[in-house]
Amino acid sequence: MTPGGSASPPGVVVVTGVSRYLGAHVAARLATDPRIDRVIGVDVPEPTPEVGGLLDRVERVRVDAGAVGGLLADLDVDTVVHLALVSAPDQQHGGRAAMKEQNVIGTMQLLAACQRAPRLRKLVVRSSTAAYGASFRDPAVFTEETEPREVPRGGFGRDILDIEGYVRGFRRRRPDVTATVLRFAPFIGSTADTTLTRYFSLPVVPTIFGRDARLQFLHFDDALEVLHRSVIEDHPGTYNVAGPGVLALSQAIRRAGRIAVPVLEPGLSGAVALARAMGYGRYGLDQVDLFVHGRVVDISRLEREYAFTPRSTAAAFDDFIRAHHGRAVVTREQLAAAEQLVLDGIRQVRAAIGERS
Amino acid sequence: MTAAEQPGDVWDRRVASGLAFLRRRLAGDYEVDEFGFDPELTEAIFHPLLRRLYRDWFRTEVSGLENVPTDGAGLVVGNHSGTVALDALILSTALHHEHPAHRFLRLLGADLVFRMPVVSEVARKTGGTVACNPDAERLLRGGELVGVFPEGFKGIGKLYAERYKLQRFGRGGFVSAALRTGTPIIPVAIVGGEEIYPMLADIKPLARLLKLPYFPVTPTFPWLGPLGMVPLPSKWLIEFCPAIPTAHLTDSADDPLVVFNLADQVRETIQQTLHQLLERRPDPFGP
Repeated sequence: MTPGGSASPPGVVVVTGVSRYLGAHVAARLATDPRIDRVIGVDVPEPTPEVGGLLDRVERVRVDAGAVGGLLADLDVDTVVHLALVSAPDQQHGGRAAMKEQNVIGTMQLLAACQRAPRLRKLVVRSSTAAYGASFRDPAVFTEETEPREVPRGGFGRDILDIEGYVRGFRRRRPDVTATVLRFAPFIGSTADTTLTRYFSLPVVPTIFGRDARLQFLHFDDALEVLHRSVIEDHPGTYNVAGPGVLALSQAIRRAGRIAVPVLEPGLSGAVALARAMGYGRYGLDQVDLFVHGRVVDISRLEREYAFTPRSTAAAFDDFIRAHHGRAVVTREQLAAAEQLVLDGIRQVRAAIGERS
Repeated sequence: MTAAEQPGDVWDRRVASGLAFLRRRLAGDYEVDEFGFDPELTEAIFHPLLRRLYRDWFRTEVSGLENVPTDGAGLVVGNHSGTVALDALILSTALHHEHPAHRFLRLLGADLVFRMPVVSEVARKTGGTVACNPDAERLLRGGELVGVFPEGFKGIGKLYAERYKLQRFGRGGFVSAALRTGTPIIPVAIVGGEEIYPMLADIKPLARLLKLPYFPVTPTFPWLGPLGMVPLPSKWLIEFCPAIPTAHLTDSADDPLVVFNLADQVRETIQQTLHQLLERRPDPFGP
């Protein structure tokens, strides 16, 4: 296969999950590409106000994933981009049960519809690096071939394993369709609003005592680029998508100018459960597992096949910090000033002692 | 006023570099590799602490350093001993302190190490990772010097009566990692580790209860409480043996016969070198 893949621009593209941040941005971006004839956005809820403006050039259809079958056949759809995933339970919209319904049942129904769509040529599915689970025996760096050693405790991780299982089944039944699975690292960037960006925006950030997870982030714009290329080019297979390089959790918190407060892990799991039971907090066992084990993936397959390297984890995180700089508790400038102050103080004292003796 | 204006003032430069280090740490201004290795922290904090133990407490003597490559990958395979795996830390200190290239040793540890809070964090920051073939091969492909103790818990958890008797070498996973990457294997014999916490008995029911591989009883532990954690000041000798090249065997990485023979060769080399070193050190607590 040539780097960059062969170009075969699609005619009619269906994007699921357009009422949410990622889906809306992807649909809007595809709609501006002259190589694509039509972009149809599918979702049940109305778009949130912040993304509504993006969708002017996107045809929208309000059906749920189960009813997409007729749509795919009627409109001669040749590409489906499945982005309608929920990464954390939202208590106002049904909590974990609704999340699982959307992630697992939604994907199952969509893939069933895709299987019966005769004109379908390409399927792009959003997955997550949570597919690798979390275990103490895990290798430090996951390649696409690494099998999860333990099923993750968190709901999102389990959903991801189910979703990838359905895609495997789909590949067997429709080998003629180019199926691309993108395992994304957590998104970050100047505007993205995710569970993790909210976590790093807390003034005092809870961490797990005695653990310093290795984290990777993906800049939101790079996620859009990879999704766009997946639609325009042919890249069958599963790909890790993350910013190269690693930040330790403690290091990321310091760079963001926040203060880390280590909490004992059993206590934290309990606190998470309590917060969830009381109806607030989107932090779940997915986050606890991530912060205990860390998660780093190898992206050489992406670099080879897409001829594209996302910006580094550190650069993506810097972009996020610049956008949220105003709320930092400790800034770099303050640290540098304190350093100079202490140094000058010590020099003055030493000079005074030197003069006296 | 900057430090450069007073070239003779050592203390001023020390204070300034100490403060700059503190500022970089607090601002998160440093690099961590994909395994979690933090070279700045290792060099500034962990190695100076270990050097005290290495030089002043254990009076370590090192030979055969010319067998360790100056750059590029190498797999250092040693004997394991001492109830607590201090030998791995002393070995990495020896390589960083005495080797002309001041090489960092990337240790492969049991998953128990990575289950424990704090310990796992320190292990990763000082360059360690879980002993598994994907990690070993990734480090070796990156040109790192990797340290492995194939005896594992059988080595450190053996009784004092069995000191310096090499235990079984497992399945030889370390050999296939070296073969697959064409990395030379450097056997190393470490004398001195067996006497630091001489294990007289192993309370198995207690070990099972605490989910540990063994529960040691030494002359000082658990009788003296935390004081029993102080290692006895034995005399240490470390010898690096000539490297065994593997570049011509890359195709045999999955051949069990080749793997077992090579593992046996490494084991024999270490065992013989241990006997030679023990003759050079008649008194375990000598000068």
